[in-house]
Amino acid sequence: MHEASIMQNVFDLAFARLPSGSATRVVRLRLRVGVLAGVVPEALTFAFEAMKPNTPAADAELEVERVPALLHCRDCPCDFAPESYPAPCPKCGSWASDVRQGHELDLMLVEFAAENLTTDHPDSTDGERITKHC
Amino acid sequence: METRRWIVEVNQALLGKNTELAARNRERFHAHGLLVLNLLSAPGSGKTALLERTLNDLHGKLRIGVQVGDLQTDNDARRLMGRGAPVVQIVTGGCCHLDASMIAQANEKFDLEQLDLLLIENVGNLVCPASYDLGEDVRVVLLSVTEGDDKPLKYPTMFRKADVVVITKMDIAEAVGADLPALRENIRRTAPTAMVLEVSARSGLGLPAWYDFLQQRRSGFPA
Repeated sequence: MHEASIMQNVFDLAFARLPSGSATRVVRLRLRVGVLAGVVPEALTFAFEAMKPNTPAADAELEVERVPALLHCRDCPCDFAPESYPAPCPKCGSWASDVRQGHELDLMLVEFAAENLTTDHPDSTDGERITKHC
Repeated sequence: METRRWIVEVNQALLGKNTELAARNRERFHAHGLLVLNLLSAPGSGKTALLERTLNDLHGKLRIGVQVGDLQTDNDARRLMGRGAPVVQIVTGGCCHLDASMIAQANEKFDLEQLDLLLIENVGNLVCPASYDLGEDVRVVLLSVTEGDDKPLKYPTMFRKADVVVITKMDIAEAVGADLPALRENIRRTAPTAMVLEVSARSGLGLPAWYDFLQQRRSGFPA
């Protein structure tokens, strides 16, 4: 179970984007976790709840977006979505396939909040898109 | 009091930092002409036994270094010492896998220029280590004949990433009633392109093919 160290990476990436010197909080984090990533979403949520107190994410919510598997048959070739893994190609029966989708383990977005923000939050950080609500 | 909210789209891999460090390790290994193997298995599959035998049999043929990961003890390093190869124990302190930063640290304890082959014994675990690139050239997944022929199906993420699958303890396969055809078929299903070797570190069965593989892969590197 390495979900705690993965959650630490989530916090590191999110907190690195906190504007310095302001009382900004993290209110939402969204992860994308493929079904073949070798990570259990329930364990991630458990680690998140255990680790968030006394951090800028103390009141944050965690959203985990599951990505189903998509395999590419090396012999047909065709793409197919298996119900479980591993699975043979439904057309030709070959077990040789590459994973097109399903091994994702990404931090998608972070939502921040701040009261009486005196300095502007950054408009862009390394080309990342920022959506202002107000 | 007005609350302002904003969203930052990060879209970044959570293990991105490890992947970067692994790439740096790989670059460094290649600059030294070093072939690197990451050995993975469940606890007790025989990683250390295969290493003991390999160090004995290849002594004087390949200059081998070993990094061995364990949660708590240095028992494995002590087993491997005294065989003519430098051995560094990485105690993870409860962490269930090795990562690229631990390897980078351990590298400092070797003269990489004096080695042809680096064997990294990962923490015994078929789940977490699958996610962490260490900078290796070859991923070797071991499983012993006592573990049940459906093991590859239970841990497909690990087997899918294997370049080589080694079936160990072949000398007792018959005694424990191992269903070898089923085991081979399940490996083929989860790791269709992996090379499969069947060995016994105790009897020596199948080891020449393992040594041929190591020497052939190493010969592709600059001296």
